[in-house]
Amino acid sequence: MTQPDANVYYVPHKSRWPIIATIGMFLFMVGLANWLNGRVTSGQIVFAIGALTIIGMMFGWFGNVIRESLKGTFNAQADTSFRMGMMWFIVSEIFFFAAFFGGLFYIRTFVVPWLGGLGDKGVLTNGYIWQGFSAAWPTNGPEAVGGSFIATSAWGIPLINTLLLLSSSITVTVAHHALRAGNRKRLIGFLGLTILLGATFLGLQAHEYWESYVHLNMTLHSGIYGATFYILTGFHGLHVTLGTIMLCVMWLRCVRGHFSRDHHFAFEAVSWYWHFVDVIWLCLFLFVYIL
Amino acid sequence: MTMSSSNCKRRIVGAGVAFGALLVSMAAAANPVPWQMNLDKGVTSVSRQIWDLHMAALWVCVALGVIVFGAMFIAIIRFRRSKGAVAETWSHNTLLEIAWTVVPVLILIGLATPATILTREMYNATESQMTIKVTGYQWLWRYDYISYDGKPITKVPTVYSRLAWDSNDARQLDSGINPYSIKGADGSSDYLLNVTHPLVIPAGVKVRFLITGGDVIHGWWVPDFAAKRDAIPGIMNDTWAKVDKPGIYRGQCYVLCGQDHSAMPVVVKVLPRDQFNAWMAAQENAATLDKAARTAEVAPPTPAKG
Amino acid sequence: MSSTAQAIHHEDHHQSFFERWFMSTNHKDIGTLYLSFSFLMLFVGGSFAMLIRAELFEPGMQLMQPYFFNELTSMHGLVMIFGVIMPSFVGLANWMIPMQIGAPDMALPRLNNLSFWILPFAFVLLLSTFFMPGGAPAAGWTMYPPLVLQGGESIAFMIFAIHLMGISSILGSINIIATILNLRAPGLDLLKMPMFCWSWLITSFLVIAVMPVLAGAVTMMLFDRYFGTNFFNAAAGGDPVMYQHVFWFFGHPEVYIMILPAFGIISEIVPTFSRKPLFGYKAMVYAIACIAFLSFIVWSHHMFTVGMPLGAEVFFMYSTMLIAVPTGVKIFNWVTTMWKGSLSFEVPMLWAIAFIVLFSIGGFSGVMMALVPADFQYNQTYFIVSHFHYVLVGGALFSIIGAVYYWLPKWSGHMYSNFWSKVHFWSSAISVNVLFFPQHFLGLAGMPRRIPDYNVAFTDWNMVSSIGGFWFGATQLIFLGIVIHTVFFSRAKATSRVWEHAYGLEWTLPSPAPHHSFTVPPVVDDSKLAHGDVSH
Ligand code: HEA
Ligand code: HEA
Ligand code: CUA
Ligand SMILES: [Cu+2]
Repeated sequence: MTQPDANVYYVPHKSRWPIIATIGMFLFMVGLANWLNGRVTSGQIVFAIGALTIIGMMFGWFGNVIRESLKGTFNAQADTSFRMGMMWFIVSEIFFFAAFFGGLFYIRTFVVPWLGGLGDKGVLTNGYIWQGFSAAWPTNGPEAVGGSFIATSAWGIPLINTLLLLSSSITVTVAHHALRAGNRKRLIGFLGLTILLGATFLGLQAHEYWESYVHLNMTLHSGIYGATFYILTGFHGLHVTLGTIMLCVMWLRCVRGHFSRDHHFAFEAVSWYWHFVDVIWLCLFLFVYIL
Repeated sequence: MTMSSSNCKRRIVGAGVAFGALLVSMAAAANPVPWQMNLDKGVTSVSRQIWDLHMAALWVCVALGVIVFGAMFIAIIRFRRSKGAVAETWSHNTLLEIAWTVVPVLILIGLATPATILTREMYNATESQMTIKVTGYQWLWRYDYISYDGKPITKVPTVYSRLAWDSNDARQLDSGINPYSIKGADGSSDYLLNVTHPLVIPAGVKVRFLITGGDVIHGWWVPDFAAKRDAIPGIMNDTWAKVDKPGIYRGQCYVLCGQDHSAMPVVVKVLPRDQFNAWMAAQENAATLDKAARTAEVAPPTPAKG
Repeated sequence: MSSTAQAIHHEDHHQSFFERWFMSTNHKDIGTLYLSFSFLMLFVGGSFAMLIRAELFEPGMQLMQPYFFNELTSMHGLVMIFGVIMPSFVGLANWMIPMQIGAPDMALPRLNNLSFWILPFAFVLLLSTFFMPGGAPAAGWTMYPPLVLQGGESIAFMIFAIHLMGISSILGSINIIATILNLRAPGLDLLKMPMFCWSWLITSFLVIAVMPVLAGAVTMMLFDRYFGTNFFNAAAGGDPVMYQHVFWFFGHPEVYIMILPAFGIISEIVPTFSRKPLFGYKAMVYAIACIAFLSFIVWSHHMFTVGMPLGAEVFFMYSTMLIAVPTGVKIFNWVTTMWKGSLSFEVPMLWAIAFIVLFSIGGFSGVMMALVPADFQYNQTYFIVSHFHYVLVGGALFSIIGAVYYWLPKWSGHMYSNFWSKVHFWSSAISVNVLFFPQHFLGLAGMPRRIPDYNVAFTDWNMVSSIGGFWFGATQLIFLGIVIHTVFFSRAKATSRVWEHAYGLEWTLPSPAPHHSFTVPPVVDDSKLAHGDVSH
């Protein structure tokens, strides 16, 4: 691949992808909204069209950027822009999860104790509205919404998943070093291993969900516990899925030899993202499963 | 143009001062009156203290406004290029900058101190002699008398307090009824501020209100008591009031609760203590004698799932 | 870092209309798109406001059913905040930041186009809800559950619209950060940047931190409504107030997102027409940073009456009052910048002066509301409506209009009509007070907000306010006329410096600014910085 010209900051001219992306998002959401509101088939159709548009757009847009990058279009400064972009995107993702964690903490430190009769407010709330309810966690509230359930233990699948993700973070780092050292076989091997670990994680989580639903009666409807549990682990799982897909793309690009020792932003971006989902999981493991 | 731009400053500062002046004169009325410009002093010690705090804060702001806008106004008059003013080039003055960081802090401490003390008082519902449970529904208030002088109240029937029918007719779209024609006993307009059955409480008694919501969040507020709390479904809040002047006091639901949010007023009838006791006795007899009175009442809609 | 942009030279300059406006990667064209869109939305949200004021002109229901009034109020708030103030600030950032730091364009031009085009689609989603069974969302712009969950089909559309707006402004902010941190001309250190860039740099961090939190809040709402979760249902161990905490953790920083760029704009305009360097440049920067930080620890001042524990009430009272200090520093610095300057009062300066006065009035009422006991009497009344319109209309909107008058000659290459722009200013400056000042009185007299009908005692001030409202609204039609005339018809050519004492890189470019600002990075002359020389 050709070397970029150090003092040309590449400003692309007209691109069709952004407008296609927005149309895709629009159809995606219109479809989903109609689907949720009970117009199932029509909704699903529009939703599918939107989703396909977005996927196609990603191939188009990223393919475009990859071609440019191979042409040596992006100098160091452009690379920095990309890095900043990815970094701050991940920060925003962190705050997205922060919203749910914040909700969880508020519920556990204030609301449940109040409902259970702690503090001035609790005495009233419990005494006049929820007599006989005593604070506990996990809980599905005074009216036991969703029926009695059993929360999954932290020391089964979740523990295994923790180990899986942790080791996957290591493998992806090893792969990165291999890339830096120009050791292709190592790179491809360890990147592949990372993907496997990620996939296994997802498989196990799917199994855990199934268990919870079928045997433990722990569902989305299981009061506040079910709600917070599934929204946190669910969105994390979604991110792992995305991360895994991105890793696969990276793997293909490595096989195709797209990356050079010192010019492989895309690879780093994905590994950052992978470390991010890993850290989120650790918080989940601590606050959702253990505590 | 510059002349008029100075007018602009003067007009706004002037407005501030005139506003302040008018406030004092207006602060007596019990219910909202035409052209009212300020809070009522109210009829509880808390409401009066809040009024004082409010006025203190207001005058601080007016003063600061006069200083800041005044300084700017002088600059606008004196340092105009059309008058040949030549710009100086300085852009720092550490002393000045420290000063206008410290002074506001002091001013704020001056305001925060009484505010803190008063907040603590407002949060202290101990030694209340009467407890009433208030529940907000779409769109009426439900009052349950819980206890009085340490004794639980069992016989006084629940009060369902919804918008009075005359107001309700008048508020319909193109009802053709003139809102001004809706008048209370005292001849003053009580359009949208009158109810079928007011809450009745004794004067000079520290009444504690337990406030919750039946369906969505409402807000129970009587300005003259400075008693105000959100009515949240599934959560019990409380506030209290010790009213020292008998009379009829009106407020409104202040949290958006849907279509008829503007049509669920709060009306509290404060009776001298002896009259109140008589009223309660009558209520209890009535309750025991004929239940009809109660069954006639419209039952509230069953609380919707939050 | 040095950078040139030869790459763009092979761009053909006679693109088709579609190519130029829909496939653009040019920060100026995209800036124009942002500004035009928010201008359109001002009229949409404004007409809602006109309907609100018309219904509130006198007691009794004359024009609409109460529920529709609630729809109008909610949509007015959402449109004005997400469709007017935020996009117009981003539009200004797009136009000015690359020119002010000597960059070829925004750092990520394609992303830039994406950020914009998401918006129109988001608002199609949002506004379409008016025509749906159950009508538009009607629980206020704050969308509190459980009430909001009673809404019809519109909820899903509203939530997805908000997701899209969030994505749009997050991507926009990422772009701005990358541009400012990575594309500054050689020698333009951070502490030599124009204040507008500084204000936007810090605002971007706020956006990245809080828009995702809003997304999280409405996502929980989505699940409660459509997937049977119970986040906001106490019977299940949840709490409606939990939503309020998450929402306001977004909501308060959000209001500073809508004022910090305004501070930047005013800090550009005031020194120019005072012919004197900005007083205390560094203090101004630190003040903005300080406000941004504090904005994360004051959110519960919107919830003083929900029944928080005493400790929380007091803590949030103190932290909220503290914000008055850095904000005061800014006000004082502007006034001191004028002091012993050589003032002239071209139209942008008039708007800046009006901003300082009106924003301060709004700020003062803000401090009054920060006092917990007092706020018990103000909460959810028209006193608050008055407060936030002083800071949002007299503050944010006025600063945006001032910015347009300040930079429009640079953008279009033409001067606007001096006479009409002054008519526009004076008419706006007077009517906005007729419109919003009486709302203080209504609030203090006890009139709650979000009501379509009221007791006859509130009539008089409501009439005054409505008259002011129609007056202010009609006045904005003049603005529309002026902008159209300047862009398409004005013959008066603008010089490249436009304003006698305007410094900063943007003024070194010809007017209208060439399609590509700085293909070769400019040489930065410390004695010609926007805020004057800070070295001494
Ligand atoms: C641009 C938007 C903006 C800005 C900048 C502000 C600024 C401030 N706001 Fe405002 N606010 C809103 C937008 C904004 N607000 C909105 C939209 C709502 C309603 C939301 C809803 O419910 O729908 C709201 C509501 C709101 C509330 C909730 C009221 C209630 O619902 O009960 C409170 C309470 O504390 C508050 C306080 C403040 C304070 C203390 C400031 C301070 O930052 C002001 C600081 C400025 C000054 C003080 C003036 C200049 C300073 C000096 C001249 C120095 C000397 C001054 C002193 C020492 C006092 N605001
Ligand atoms: C962010 C910016 C912003 C802006 C710029 C405005 C601008 C205006 N607002 Fe806004 N307002 C909010 C933000 C804003 N508002 C928010 C957040 C709320 C809270 C919502 C809630 O409670 O959930 C609110 C609520 C609100 C209320 C309270 C509603 C209620 O509680 O029920 C009222 C009532 O008077 C009001 C009035 C106005 C008016 C008259 C203007 C005017 O300045 C508008 C002027 C502009 C125009 C009028 C458009 C241009 C002209 C035309 C369209 C031509 C047609 C006009 C004529 C022929 C006269 N607003
Ligand atoms: Cu009940 Cu508003
Ligand atoms: Cu706030």
